[in-house]
Amino acid sequence: MVSSLNMHKQYLDPILRHRSHNPNSLLQILIGAQEIYGFIHSDAIDYLSSALGLPRAMIEGVASFYSFLYLSPHGEYRVLFSDNITDRMQGNQDLMQSLCNQLWVEPGKASEDGLLWVNTTSCTGMCDQGPAMLVNNIAINRLTQDRIDRICELIREHVPVSDWPAEFFAIEDNIRRRDILLNSHFQAGSALKAAFIRAEAATAQASQGYVAHMIDPAGLDRAADATLQEIKISKLRGRGGAGFSTGMKWEFCRNANGDAHYVVCNADEGEPGTFKDRVLLNSYADLVFEGMTLCAYVIGAKKGFLYLRGEYRYLLEPLQAVLQRRREQNLLGRGILGQAEFEFDIEIHLGAGAYICGEESALIESLEGKRGTPRNRPPYPVTAGYLNQPTVVSNVETFASTSLISLHGGAWYASIGTENSSGSKLFSVSGDCDYPGIYEYPFGVTVAQVLADCGAKNTQAVQISGPSGMCIAAHEFDRRISFDDIPTAGAFMVFDQRRDMFEVARNFVHFFAHESCGFCTPCRVGTALLSNMMDKLNEGQGSPYDLAEIEKLDSLLQSMSHCGLGRTACNPVLHTLAKFRPAYECRLSHKEFVPAFDLDTALSQARRMTGRDDAGAHLEKNHDSK
Amino acid sequence: MTQSNSFILDGATIPYTNEQTIIQAAMAAGVYIPHLCYNPEFKPHGSCKLCTVKIKGRQVASCTEKPQAGMVVESNTKELNDERRNLLQMLFVEGNHFCPSCEKSGDCQLQATAYELDMMSPHFDHFYPDRPVDASHPDYLLDFNRCILCSICVSASRDVDGKNVFALAGRGINSHLVVNSKSGDLADTGFSANDKAAQVCPVGVILKKRVGFAIPIGERSFDEKPISATPHPTVKGA
Amino acid sequence: MNTPVKKLRVATTSLAGCFGCHMSFLDIDERLLALVELIEFDRSPLTDIKTCGPCDIGIIEGGLCNAENVHVLREFRANCTTLIALGACAINGGLPAQRNHLALTTILEEVYHAQHGLVDGFIPNDPELPLPLNQVHPIHEVVKIDYFIPGCPPSADAIWKVLTDLLAGREPELGHGLIHYD
Ligand SMILES: Cc1cc2nc3c(=O)[nH]c(=O)nc-3n(C[C@H](O)[C@H](O)[C@H](O)COP(=O)(O)O)c2cc1C
Ligand code: SF4
Ligand code: SF4
Ligand code: SF4
Ligand code: FES
Ligand code: FES
Repeated sequence: MVSSLNMHKQYLDPILRHRSHNPNSLLQILIGAQEIYGFIHSDAIDYLSSALGLPRAMIEGVASFYSFLYLSPHGEYRVLFSDNITDRMQGNQDLMQSLCNQLWVEPGKASEDGLLWVNTTSCTGMCDQGPAMLVNNIAINRLTQDRIDRICELIREHVPVSDWPAEFFAIEDNIRRRDILLNSHFQAGSALKAAFIRAEAATAQASQGYVAHMIDPAGLDRAADATLQEIKISKLRGRGGAGFSTGMKWEFCRNANGDAHYVVCNADEGEPGTFKDRVLLNSYADLVFEGMTLCAYVIGAKKGFLYLRGEYRYLLEPLQAVLQRRREQNLLGRGILGQAEFEFDIEIHLGAGAYICGEESALIESLEGKRGTPRNRPPYPVTAGYLNQPTVVSNVETFASTSLISLHGGAWYASIGTENSSGSKLFSVSGDCDYPGIYEYPFGVTVAQVLADCGAKNTQAVQISGPSGMCIAAHEFDRRISFDDIPTAGAFMVFDQRRDMFEVARNFVHFFAHESCGFCTPCRVGTALLSNMMDKLNEGQGSPYDLAEIEKLDSLLQSMSHCGLGRTACNPVLHTLAKFRPAYECRLSHKEFVPAFDLDTALSQARRMTGRDDAGAHLEKNHDSK
Repeated sequence: MTQSNSFILDGATIPYTNEQTIIQAAMAAGVYIPHLCYNPEFKPHGSCKLCTVKIKGRQVASCTEKPQAGMVVESNTKELNDERRNLLQMLFVEGNHFCPSCEKSGDCQLQATAYELDMMSPHFDHFYPDRPVDASHPDYLLDFNRCILCSICVSASRDVDGKNVFALAGRGINSHLVVNSKSGDLADTGFSANDKAAQVCPVGVILKKRVGFAIPIGERSFDEKPISATPHPTVKGA
Repeated sequence: MNTPVKKLRVATTSLAGCFGCHMSFLDIDERLLALVELIEFDRSPLTDIKTCGPCDIGIIEGGLCNAENVHVLREFRANCTTLIALGACAINGGLPAQRNHLALTTILEEVYHAQHGLVDGFIPNDPELPLPLNQVHPIHEVVKIDYFIPGCPPSADAIWKVLTDLLAGREPELGHGLIHYD
């Protein structure tokens, strides 16, 4: 007992010291502990409870919220197959079965010898190079039967994941079309310099008494406002989905009173089919970090966070290296580029397998080391965010775009794209096409254009902006992608005529049920019921009654849910029902209601126990009542 | 700050103060809006969604939403009550609610709200979860089968008792309540019969031992009056 | 003047229930006399008719515990225009459903093997005996149910109210005092 505590103390102490024993870092500490010990041991919770002054029930509550944290031994190798519909289309189910068969395990059950544990996980953001998996939270893509066989061998021989062949871990950017952002050849520091020059000019003008609007209501001369003006002029709208004006968000936050202001970059990128933030962070990190620094300059923040989804754990060290280089370049830290007053630094926090943490208030809870439950709003993060202080939460691509705007000016940016949707947008293209990957277009591009460019043929439908977005059918391919017509956070999943749109929707409904945070009744229970209903149809137990029930659940989720997850969880069903109704109707095997479970199977245990198999030991299947 | 103002709730004028949310103002004016996770003694949680009202076509939880002067709020409409009934049905099938053998029956807010909204059946397919009862404590029993995750006990223990005996764990449909002990037993937490947390559960989870079924049928809180006519139901006999 | 009214045909049955609901039905006392003016009974514990013929109303007490319960429920659904779930057990499984968190195999093991005094720990396998279902189900999970009368048992007044509402062609409504789950 004592020795066990001591053992946990040994690896926990350095983690605790690194995190300054800060209870707000609980999630980061738990992630660190699991990376060393493989799971969160009950004694480790005791130790953390006293070291951090947190009740152990609260620590358990946090650990059990995140699907990548384990409270019991899950084996030396923890293998998670990405289970997005695109992974399925690329054959992930057979590969998982093969791995399980070769290593004698069942999905979801740790092997008896403690060697491994296999399960599925929500989209890992590798749809252009799937099927994908995570082994001990490190991404491996382009799975083939051959690769699975080799992985089985490595596992059987207990080869540490760090010694596995490097090519397993290669991750491609697959950039297929570049526009202003991806073609920018950005020089680290150049956007900040532009902001400082603008500030000097504005101050000079203001001192001559010309520019009254530069003096804010508090009477404070805010030189950084010149850059805020450019962001506003650019009409940049958030790239995370909701499309709120970035300039206004920064301004609200700047105007909000608080002890400190914070900048948060949302790199949770959990929406299935979305992987453009991964590419930006991999190859354009300076654009992103510089955007965050500009924001800090405008709102007066000293501290920023990048919230990096656990699936992108492999990016942590490279990103930390970029941050370190930027500190050395005097682009972070004190007196940035000689601006004596300007101090800012960025910390990276990891997520641990929870899509809901992409929702900005849940993200902030998670940053504070808590369960990722969306807050009651108002207040919004701009006035009461991290530690209840004014906080800007923006998407990775949004921050990257602000760097370009500082460099080239708001008017230039506004001239690109459409009236209400300025600038360019990155799409993560995957599914049935010849060239999956990243495509950057000015806003206003038609769906048809993207399809033509990515080599999609016989396309039946495109799921734009992920499961919570829109399903677009062939007759709508001339519609344009913009906030006025089809808004998007970036996902662009292509389905050709071979695909069953009911299966697509069913996969998405399972995703939402798996990711519901469980806070509110309609979504916690409703997503579970909806996914059972979809399974019922799939198993041939459907009738028109079930379709009506599904429609009722849809409207309940939409109108009663606490946050965007629940409110959009019914979208895949609503859209496919409206556009691909035959895919549902062909599953209504019955005219009248039948049970969700098979009655004959419901006698199986009794048959086994009594050894009976006579006629009376069976029930007629799927009996149409009446 | 008590600057007074008013809004319209189902046609009635309801005065409010700046600190009040819609449900608080409505309750102060004696108007019932169905609710489960809201208890006037604690900060609104906003999770059960029973209290949802409609404002300009938008549905919001009235326990957390602040009123605005002159705003028109719909609550007692067929549409909203139908949806609220569906939420109740979800809560019933999510747990294991066998009222005839529940000591809280007759004093239970979930049950009384279901009566109020004419819930004749749970409608959906039952989940029948496996949730073992915790009888470890000498004075109290925890029957998790009936937990609706309202979090009121969590607030009471944390904010009033200063003990943190309860916490929410898990996610989604696997969300559940845990207690603060390594064994997972209530007996090994700091819980005591005098705790506020012992008295706040709106349903039959946190139950005092040896007093069950003390009040005869017909005389329990909601036998006498429906929940809509009970200003704020507190636990009878606790 | 007496217009001969066609009487409504009503069938009742008890599946996995305790007959408590039927007892409560009989508790409508002298109103039963008024009721038999309006209805006649088909299959029912009250009549001893063994199979259900075409009926206007079927009233089911109890949930589904075994194969036999399923057969009877299906017979009722096939023959009755309107099907009413009567009582807690029919509506959510009731007391019998409290076994649902245990695997049936575990229960049978426990009952027939672990406990003393039973014939050699032998699980009866007589084809005459209906096999138990893996889980107990409320009846609405297996066939469509038109109306529900909650209560364990529902009060005679509640049963009376629903039946008279239905006979009068009104949507049944219970309201405070009549609707209860215990
Ligand atoms: C369930 C849910 C998940 C979300 N996931 C993300 C995400 O992964 N990345 C993101 O940038 N925004 C996500 N958002 C949107 C954020 O709440 C927020 O609006 C966004 O980060 C703001 O940044 P922007 O203004 O730059 O778009 C999500 C929203 C919801 C409701
Ligand atoms: S809608 Fe879903 S994800 Fe959002 S708060 Fe409710 S349960 Fe959580
Ligand atoms: S908690 Fe309430 S609804 Fe649940 S069983 Fe007890 S009395 Fe019934
Ligand atoms: S135990 Fe009672 S008070 Fe606590 S969360 Fe559950 S229902 Fe609410
Ligand atoms: S009472 Fe308002 S959400 Fe529960
Ligand atoms: S048999 Fe009537 S309630 Fe159980």
